[in-house]
This record gives sequence, C-alpha cells and structure tokens, in this order.
Amino acid sequence: MSDAAYTRPEFSNEIEKEQRLTLIQREAAALVPSETRVAVASAERGYYDLPLVKEPTWTWEIPLYFFVGGAAGTASVIAGMAKLTGASPKLVRDARRISLAGAILSPVFLISDLGRPERFLAMLRVFKPQSPMSVGVYVLVAFSGGTTAANLGAWMRARSMFPEWALLLERIGDVAALLFGLPLATYTGVLIGATAIPAWNCNASLLPAHFLVSGLGASVGMLELAGNSTPALQWLGLGAAVSETAVGARIERETNPSEAPLKRGSSGWLIRAGGVLSGPVPLVLRTVSMFMKPKRAMKLRKYAALSAVIGSAITRVAWVQAGHASAQQSRP
Amino acid sequence: MKTSAFLTDSTLCIGCKACEVACKEWNDVPADFVEWRGLSYDNTQALGARTWRHVKFVEGIPEVGKGGNDPATMGWGFSSDVCRHCEVAGCLEACPTGALVRTEFESVYLQPDVCNGCGYCVVACPFGVVDKDEVDGRAFKCTFCYDRQKADLMPACAKVCPTQSIQFGELDELRERAENRIAELKDRGIRDASIWDPVDTGVKGTHAIFIVRGEQKAYNLPPNPKVPTEYLRSAWTSAAVAAGAMLVGTLIAFLGAGGRKI
Repeated sequence: MSDAAYTRPEFSNEIEKEQRLTLIQREAAALVPSETRVAVASAERGYYDLPLVKEPTWTWEIPLYFFVGGAAGTASVIAGMAKLTGASPKLVRDARRISLAGAILSPVFLISDLGRPERFLAMLRVFKPQSPMSVGVYVLVAFSGGTTAANLGAWMRARSMFPEWALLLERIGDVAALLFGLPLATYTGVLIGATAIPAWNCNASLLPAHFLVSGLGASVGMLELAGNSTPALQWLGLGAAVSETAVGARIERETNPSEAPLKRGSSGWLIRAGGVLSGPVPLVLRTVSMFMKPKRAMKLRKYAALSAVIGSAITRVAWVQAGHASAQQSRP
Repeated sequence: MKTSAFLTDSTLCIGCKACEVACKEWNDVPADFVEWRGLSYDNTQALGARTWRHVKFVEGIPEVGKGGNDPATMGWGFSSDVCRHCEVAGCLEACPTGALVRTEFESVYLQPDVCNGCGYCVVACPFGVVDKDEVDGRAFKCTFCYDRQKADLMPACAKVCPTQSIQFGELDELRERAENRIAELKDRGIRDASIWDPVDTGVKGTHAIFIVRGEQKAYNLPPNPKVPTEYLRSAWTSAAVAAGAMLVGTLIAFLGAGGRKI
C-alpha cells in the first residue's frame, strides 16, 4: 500500500479506537486478512471455493463416441432416404458402411471407458426410460442390429445368396437403422443435458438438436469425401451448416454465468473452433460452390465436407471439456 | 418400512472426525488420496469414492459459541457431510445397470457387485457425493450402513459421534428434533442457526438434514438442488423435434434435388 492511499482513520470516541486495536490484532494474526486472496468459505464462493458437483469421469473415448455415433446415426437416415428415393447405389452403400463402422466402433469405445469393462452386459439387465444412458444402450443395440442386417442383406444380394431373404433383410435393416439412427444421434445430447453439470443442463433443450445437426454435417461430409456428389448432400450439408451457424450465434449471445465455460477458457475456444468449422466455413464454401463449374464446385464442397467433419469432432470434445470446466466452477 | 435419516447438527460438532474413521473401518473403505491442500485445516476437502463421511471445517470471524470464546482465536464451524439419500435421487434415476437401488429403509444403496463403472451417476448427483474410484473402477458412496441397519444397528458414524452431532432415526422425528434445537439455540442467543432440509425442491427432500450456523452456502449446501431428470422433458422434446425436422429435410433434399449426379 502506498503512502498516498493510506488515510488515517478518524475516531469519534475511545471505544472505537479500542475496537480498531482489536481489528489490527486480528489482521496481524492473519485471522481476518484485509485483502485476502486465499479462498474462504462464504455464501458467494461456497466451501473454500471448492466445486459443488463432481467432474465427469469419462475418458477420451466418450467424446469420440459422441462423434462416431452422431455420424453413424445420421448416415443411416441418409442411407434409408437415398434407397427410398432411388438415389445412386454408391451413395446408399457408402452411407450404410459409415453406419456399420459406427456400430462396430461405438461399443468398443463405450466398453473401454467403463471402470469394469467385463461387466458391460450389466447395462442390459434393466431398462430405465428415465435414464438416457439406459435408453441409449438399447438404441445402440437396435441400431447395430439394423445396420448389420442392411449391410449383410446387401452383401448377400450382391452375391445372389437367397436373394428374396437378402432383400427382406436389407429392407428391414434399413428401416430399423433409420428409426434407431435418429435417437442414436440425438440421445447423447439428452445424456449430457440431463445432468447436474450447469453448462450442460442449462442447454438441455439445445444439445440434442445441436448434436443431431453436428452428426449430419459429419456424415454428409464423410459421404462427399468418399466421392459422392449427389445434390441432395449439398442441400443437407447447407442445412447443417446454417443450423450450426445459428447454434454458434446463440452460444455467443448467452449471458448466463454458468455458460461461461462455453465462451471462455480452453473449452470456450474449442467450442468456438468447432462451431466455426461446422457452421460458417462450410456455409460460405458451399454457397460459393453453387456459382462454380461442377469440377471446381466439387473441390470446394470437399473442403466444406472436411471442415464439417473436423468441426463435428471438435464440437463433441469441446462440450465434454466445457462440462469439466463447468463442474470446477460450480458453487451452491 | 422404516424411513431412516441422519440429522447432522453442526452446532454440536467438534471436528474430531471419528465419523470418518468409523465409516472407513466398518465399511473397509481404502485410504483416500489426501494431499496437503493449503486451504484451511481440511485436507480431505469433499466427499468422494473413498470418503463417505467428511467433516467440513468452516473458518470464520470469532464469535461466542462458534469455535471458542476467545476473540483472538479463529472461529470454527464444523459440519459432517454425507450422502443425502435423496427422495428423488439423480444417481438412482441415472444408473443404467440398476446397481443403485432404493432400500427398505428408503436409503439409496449402490450395489458394488452390479456397478460397471459407467460414471453416469457421478454427473447426475447435484451434491457431488458419488464418485468413481479410478483404481477400483466402480462408483462408491455412503451405503447408509445398509448392512448394519438390516441388523437393527445404527450407522457407524452415528454410533461413534461423541457429541450426538450425528443423530440417526426416523425422518419425521428428526425434523421435529431439529426444529426444537433451533428454538433452543435461539433461547440461548444463537440466532444464525438454520435447518437445511430441501423439501420443496427437485430432490423432494433428503434423508440427511443439517443444522448449520451462518450461511448455508458456505458449507456447500445448495438452497435449491435440482435433480437432473427435471431436464429430460425439454431434452427429449428437442431430440424429437430435431429428428422430425431431419427426417422431413432429408426426404425433401432427396426428392427435390434428386439422386442424380450433377
């Protein structure tokens, strides 16, 4: 403290002077530090500035699963719709393969994250509609069955093995994969939205839609990178990019203090990076590509596709990181 | 059926940590990961997978009856924290394996032989109680001494408490006892004591209630805890609307733009 800042306190009577001595004694004993930077227990900061809720214990597999499940679930919708409307067989086949890859990878990620992986079957001993994780497990099982059937049916049909049965298997598989692909791509948003983590639960109504659109951007991107140029993919990619831009704008406008991890710190920058790569970047590239000759347009679309895929992956990591930061900042 | 509950009266707590020791001994809880934190005298800091009872040390300005009568010595408020055994428990609702169950004593019990360590209960608890043991792999929390209660014994922490700061009994009876205690404290001139009993909140009341002096939030006792299932409706609505929109959007995209190659 500089001399200029110090003003000698004035006392109206001896009792106040005596009380001042007591205060100095306490300050000297560091009982009531005047400019404390040490955490204390208070109504504002809770118990010694310690977090109220626990951080997620999930490892790197979980955000990756959110990404893979989102891409796989939306890819099965594209596969089903493409098949229904008679789009190119390559598109149908590629979309089904993305779904199958997701169906194979997802359980691997989920089981390896468990504290007791050998007990993964315990997930199937009960069904609890009030637990998004329980619902998600059954959705994933049904989705895996569907997409496996669709891929197997197509594979058998290509080799003329029991063609009628193969066609039936393919059809049923496509329908099941489509029906369960939608909840697979959305439930992960419900899963983290319905928790005690403030930055997640105050976005409970945003997250499922956000994750679905993010997954759509990723699956469309993967299909375009695999060489599919169907105009429908361009429109779906544009829709995803517009929605992700709107989500990003909504997050930036938020003023709720419990959403600070979505805007500040490393998690905030991750959300921003994921948002820009999923929203504005593909939006601009796709819009520009529409005014170009097909060959150059496809090149731009592939850049947009790559941007959306990376953006989707970063978005999932970012939301989990924001959950960690939010738990650390949680106070009563 | 019995409605077991804890009343933790921090005006009686002397911070001896006998409850922590008794809990660990009876339940064979491994040593917790204690390190010197440099915050107050409390290095345990919070409840966790290996800390099912935790005595909070709330330091404050010296006051008569609050950690000693000497004006030159730190005032200390102690409060033994424990799982709330909520009426509507976030962890119990979230658990996908059914490892977490409601017992005949209306407590919330985690069956270690079923838990597979998915960690969803950890983010579902509004009080930061249950946690995953990174070494063991499963989640753990206070069992409310389910084994002892079945044998008609009171929980270990309540039994060893030397000042009756931790009281065990029927919930309604303990609520009455808490009211009487507040009145008694008021008579003695202690007016800043209050009961933490979140009945009209998302958790619809708990089976562990507390009496603390001063700010309840300073003890990390939230005034309005929310159970995560409250967010389910808006989250699933969002999922359904988005899924419907995508279904229609995809159909329009393929029908409108066609599947033809450009």
